[in-house]
Amino acid sequence: MSQSAEKIIDHEMLFRQPEYTEMFASKKQNFEFPYPADKVTEIRDWTKTAEYREKNFAREALTVNPAKACQPLGAVFAAVGFANTLPFVHGSQGCVAYYRSHFSRHFKEPTSCVSSSMTEDAAVFGGLNNMIDGLANSYSMYKPEMIAVSTTCMAEVIGDDLGAFITTAKQKGSVPEDFDVPFAHTPAFVGSHITGYDNALKGVLTHFWHGKERVANNAINFIGGFDGFVVGNMPEIRRILNLFGAEYTVLCDPSDVWNTPSDGEFRMYDGGTTKAEVKSALNAKATILFQGISTEKTGKYIAETGQEVVSLHHPLGLAGTDQFLMEVSRLTGKPIPAQLERERGRLVDAIADSSAHIHGKKFALYGDPDLMLGLTAFLLELGAEPVHVLSTNGDDHWAAKVQTLFDASPFGKGCHVYAKKDLWHMRSLLFTEPVDLLIGNTYGKYLERDCGVPLIRLGFPIFDRHHHHRFPIWGYEGSLRVLVTILDEIFEALDANTIDTAKTDYSYDIIR
Amino acid sequence: MAALRQIAFYGKGGIGKSTTSQNTLAALAEMGQKILIVGCDPKADSTRLILHSKAQDTILSLAADAGSVEDLELEDVMKIGYRDIRCVESGGPEPGVGCAGRGVITSINFLEEEGAYDGVDYVSYDVLGDVVCGGFAMPIRENKAQEIYIVMSGEMMAMYAANNISKGILKYANSGGVRLGGLVCNERQTDKELELAESLAGKLGTRLIHFVPRDNVVQHAELRRMTVLEYAPESKQANEYRQLAQKIHANAGNGTIPTPITMDELEDLLMEHGIMKRVDETIVGKTAAELAAAAA
Repeated sequence: MSQSAEKIIDHEMLFRQPEYTEMFASKKQNFEFPYPADKVTEIRDWTKTAEYREKNFAREALTVNPAKACQPLGAVFAAVGFANTLPFVHGSQGCVAYYRSHFSRHFKEPTSCVSSSMTEDAAVFGGLNNMIDGLANSYSMYKPEMIAVSTTCMAEVIGDDLGAFITTAKQKGSVPEDFDVPFAHTPAFVGSHITGYDNALKGVLTHFWHGKERVANNAINFIGGFDGFVVGNMPEIRRILNLFGAEYTVLCDPSDVWNTPSDGEFRMYDGGTTKAEVKSALNAKATILFQGISTEKTGKYIAETGQEVVSLHHPLGLAGTDQFLMEVSRLTGKPIPAQLERERGRLVDAIADSSAHIHGKKFALYGDPDLMLGLTAFLLELGAEPVHVLSTNGDDHWAAKVQTLFDASPFGKGCHVYAKKDLWHMRSLLFTEPVDLLIGNTYGKYLERDCGVPLIRLGFPIFDRHHHHRFPIWGYEGSLRVLVTILDEIFEALDANTIDTAKTDYSYDIIR
Repeated sequence: MAALRQIAFYGKGGIGKSTTSQNTLAALAEMGQKILIVGCDPKADSTRLILHSKAQDTILSLAADAGSVEDLELEDVMKIGYRDIRCVESGGPEPGVGCAGRGVITSINFLEEEGAYDGVDYVSYDVLGDVVCGGFAMPIRENKAQEIYIVMSGEMMAMYAANNISKGILKYANSGGVRLGGLVCNERQTDKELELAESLAGKLGTRLIHFVPRDNVVQHAELRRMTVLEYAPESKQANEYRQLAQKIHANAGNGTIPTPITMDELEDLLMEHGIMKRVDETIVGKTAAELAAAAA
């Protein structure tokens, strides 16, 4: 045995030891009855062709590697953004294990979330008893100030009515009558995680605002939308709004609970928007939606209360951040702070310094629709070409918006947008119309390996690189970080391509 | 404009729910009310008399063709029929597969989100047979139908269904605002039908809002895929539906929380009216031969 207690070999190297390689070879030969290697190669090569791409895009009844998650995941994200709030998912346990592990793998932090543990009998008789017991247990064990309820597929298919169930549970004494239990129906088989975020956030606002009279003041609300970089972005947004001296409320801020220090104390809840802040946010003069597609229904609801709603699409780069800051300035009546003007100038400087390397580079990118709009605009601004822009949860309205960006820039010629497509479509695009770089989440690493295109990790989830989510990608400072992230990969790729001694290293330069 | 009234018709399958509701709604339209019918039955026959069509394209069948319900626009699914009545059918799966209840939820959510309820006075849900699962209770959830009208007759099973539907309403009545508007008896010419219907209404804590007599003109109109109101507006039957429409119109806010009864109480009711004989417990489970032997 190569493995011993004295010298433990990690799995990276362990399975390359002869006893394993021999076992794998024998297993393949004697039990797997594989096709001959040349046949496998032939088929693999065929899947890289234009002919295959055509078949791939004609696909109707199959999705392969969708770049999206399900509604309740977004609902849990929204719930943990409120102070001392426990997300409660009405449905089966396995689903909730998925949300918790998904967030924990990305943020490297625990995510507290409970389930009403519906089993077969609940599917037959309805989940009312699970709601009654679940709320009572959650309330007494985890001492939240608020429980935000969402649903999994199971509860949705049998038609459990959250409003009626929660009222009944209160009547039965699970939680006090005046305890806050906002809720949202979040069927996982409809929409994506951004739909769930939207529904859950709207549920919280409706819970606190319904029937209340609005007395307008001069404050503004900020809603970030579902965002994998929330831990870094929210403090940056607060810094920017503080520089303005703006009176503001961030509605839904999970940046503290997903960034707790290791100091010996476990914090099940930390930070987040308080109930008092949510209540007074009704009176704000306006709400800025940083990711309008991620908060469509919430925005509509807020507009109905009489507030002005400014819907942005993950603004990035110069023009994007300019637009955001000018909206803040207009709404608050305060000038853009000198500090931010300096930051803008530095971003312009950095872009100019690196322009020769990024100009004309071809990109493929995929992810949530708002992020794609922000990145597309920024890449065009940098003189790069976002050749393939793809989103699984972006619809035709989104695609039209991306097309408008293409049309407004000389670098947008020959660029295409793909709504409601998956990563298997992206694979065909990358083989038939190759690009220099790919932007996406961790799952893009399979495309990186398959197609040989370097991956830049921006999006959600990112499981295989640590801590990037702790730094902002919003504002001029955040845009600078996006620029650096892109440049790092450009230089890495250039080095890798020029590294051969006495062959290509004439360009393996110290100075780039 | 007055506040939106949302009502729903429930009742045992085959009782004449769709016929009664469409005729009544046609009469309401005649009174100048703007109406939206939401058919919640996979058979999709809740709007055929208004639209003169066999069966309307349903939300779910159109969604299945388009890929998902998010790909639909309101104008794809909503048809305009007699006296500008707006019609949609939720549709659902073939018998024996899938989940029709979920279809009802999906459809109603879609209609609300797309603003189908804007600018109408009445939304009427026509819901199949019995409240068999949570999905079919969707129209009686909070902020949906305020009053439920149960279509029934003097037949045992129709009364049994009416009682069951009352149980469903009761479940949601305390947590939401739904109320039982009343029973509508669709005459089957069974014994002592009116008496029985009134008595059941009393037991359920509601009233018999109208007794619709049987008249062949309804069949004649149906064969032409028309309501009686349109086919024979001068007929006596058309006036019956007009009366029912007026009663429903005047019934806003008068609904009650139903008091469903047990199966035994329901049987007692039938016995009280002499419809059913008290069962002689000594003959239960005895074959004819055994009874003959015992009699000898």
